[in-house]
Amino acid sequence: MSHKALEKLRQRFSSSIVETHDFRGDDTAVIQREALVEVVSWLREVHDLELNMLTDMTAVDYLQQGHEPRFEVVYHLYSVARKHRLRLKVQLAEEDPVVDSLCEQFKIANWFEREIWDMYGIRFKGHPNLKRILLYEEFVGHPLRKDYPKERRQPLLRRPENEIAEVLARRGKARSLPTATE
Amino acid sequence: MTTIERDVEAHDLTIVHMGPSHPAMHGTIHLKLALEGERINKAEVDIGYLHRGFEKEAEAHCWQQIFPYTDRLNYVSPMLNNVGYAMAVEKLLGLTIPERAQYLRVIVGEIARISDHLTYMAAQTMEMGAFTPYFYVMKGRDWLWDLLEEISGARLTHSYVRIGGVAWDMPEGFAERTLAILPKIDQIVVELDKLMTRNRIFLDRMQHIAVISAEDAISYGWTGPCLRASGVDYDVRKAHPYLVYDRMDFEIPIGTDCDNMDRYLVRMEEMRQSMRIIQQALEQIPPGPVMVEDKLVVLPRKAATYNTIEEMINHFKLVIDGIRPPAGEVYSYSEAGNGELGFYLVSDGTGRPVKCRVRPPCFMGMAAMEQMITGHMVADVIPTFDTVNMIGGECDR
Repeated sequence: MSHKALEKLRQRFSSSIVETHDFRGDDTAVIQREALVEVVSWLREVHDLELNMLTDMTAVDYLQQGHEPRFEVVYHLYSVARKHRLRLKVQLAEEDPVVDSLCEQFKIANWFEREIWDMYGIRFKGHPNLKRILLYEEFVGHPLRKDYPKERRQPLLRRPENEIAEVLARRGKARSLPTATE
Repeated sequence: MTTIERDVEAHDLTIVHMGPSHPAMHGTIHLKLALEGERINKAEVDIGYLHRGFEKEAEAHCWQQIFPYTDRLNYVSPMLNNVGYAMAVEKLLGLTIPERAQYLRVIVGEIARISDHLTYMAAQTMEMGAFTPYFYVMKGRDWLWDLLEEISGARLTHSYVRIGGVAWDMPEGFAERTLAILPKIDQIVVELDKLMTRNRIFLDRMQHIAVISAEDAISYGWTGPCLRASGVDYDVRKAHPYLVYDRMDFEIPIGTDCDNMDRYLVRMEEMRQSMRIIQQALEQIPPGPVMVEDKLVVLPRKAATYNTIEEMINHFKLVIDGIRPPAGEVYSYSEAGNGELGFYLVSDGTGRPVKCRVRPPCFMGMAAMEQMITGHMVADVIPTFDTVNMIGGECDR
């Protein structure tokens, strides 16, 4: 059943597909990022595919695998009516981690994309409110990137440096403060 | 200035913060409500207070060491998380587990589902002011936890499931004790039903509140009881039967009004159906091993580890290097208490995952909260938040 989705996708968007595979029966298509919105809208509308649910969306950082480009954004689509699935992937380079937002197509994309921004620093063009979701706004960096050390600690909330210096000076303990990124 | 603050200035609204430390915001969330009188004009949902970095930790551990972390995702039904994660790694390995282990997973999973729904019932009723049902229901949950403790050794963080099967067989007399407890649980469900379902106050606060249409529910990626309450017939156990669910005779309750009341009624019926599944599984369960025979996956028996050099090396290779699945990626899904629990795993062929993403089903419910409560009264926030059954450990990971 689900092979049909991959085949139809190949016929319709042959020039936008980078590669496909079906490891362990999970049909997967890597597509060019420019085609994402068009492909997703088409998959949702086509009568016998009806991939109308974005069940999951995440990103992967392949820094340690020496994989170029570095990031992949992964979309898991599901058809409630037809009961089949398809995985779409978009590859993004480190210097330009931007992809179109799917907020128009799926309401849940709003939160998924905020989480990916939070964890990986990938931006979504057209997102209405792209801010951190699980972490707090003052957090520095994107912790699921492979070059973010697991042991790094950050203060929960940073007061402005001058404010901290003032407090410490008042207590006679003025000294140079470590920055949060250390 | 956030959008909510702009609105407040433009329309002369009052801002009220509910949580993160609020008696009814169990699981620690923060709601920022812009009120017009007592009506919610705009709402902002702020999650993440229980974020522990599950994925980051998982990437630093061997595949089999991640089980204790999965216990702490949805901590009212850890068994279902154990099962979901084990299934994902087995899919990556291309492993089929023995039949008896599959039955045991169904049995402990369904016990966990009942305890999950009972916890929901307890929170739902108590936070609306009905304190009595809370005690009735918690009593039942304790009996179920006694069973899970008996089989796994732990009341809450079971870690009973293993890659390739389950840790050990059920103890002697477990089936009889389970079958003896089920009618008592059924009695509790009847009591709860009598106390709440036709209760005027309860109905007034549940009916036609927070209506989410089937179309919106799908767009929000809802699964589980919430999606079924919106009238969509999707249950992973029926749509894509895994383990031995295809041999079980059970029904999927579907809602019609898409409101809080339906989300309550669907869970009510699901508990009864889970009891049917447990009974059937206990009748059908065949004898046999509960773990696969595969030296690349399963630790050798302790006696062998201590007495033979080969088994000792086998043990150390598995502990130090871990199980090494082939390079590749899988998305595996199972029906957890709140809906489709998905695991997206990426392996590069080493003993540690490149990526271990968990798709938390209550995350989608929280994303829809804003739409659900807008236009309703402040008092409606509590029952609505309860019907989503947000579990902090799962939502925030």
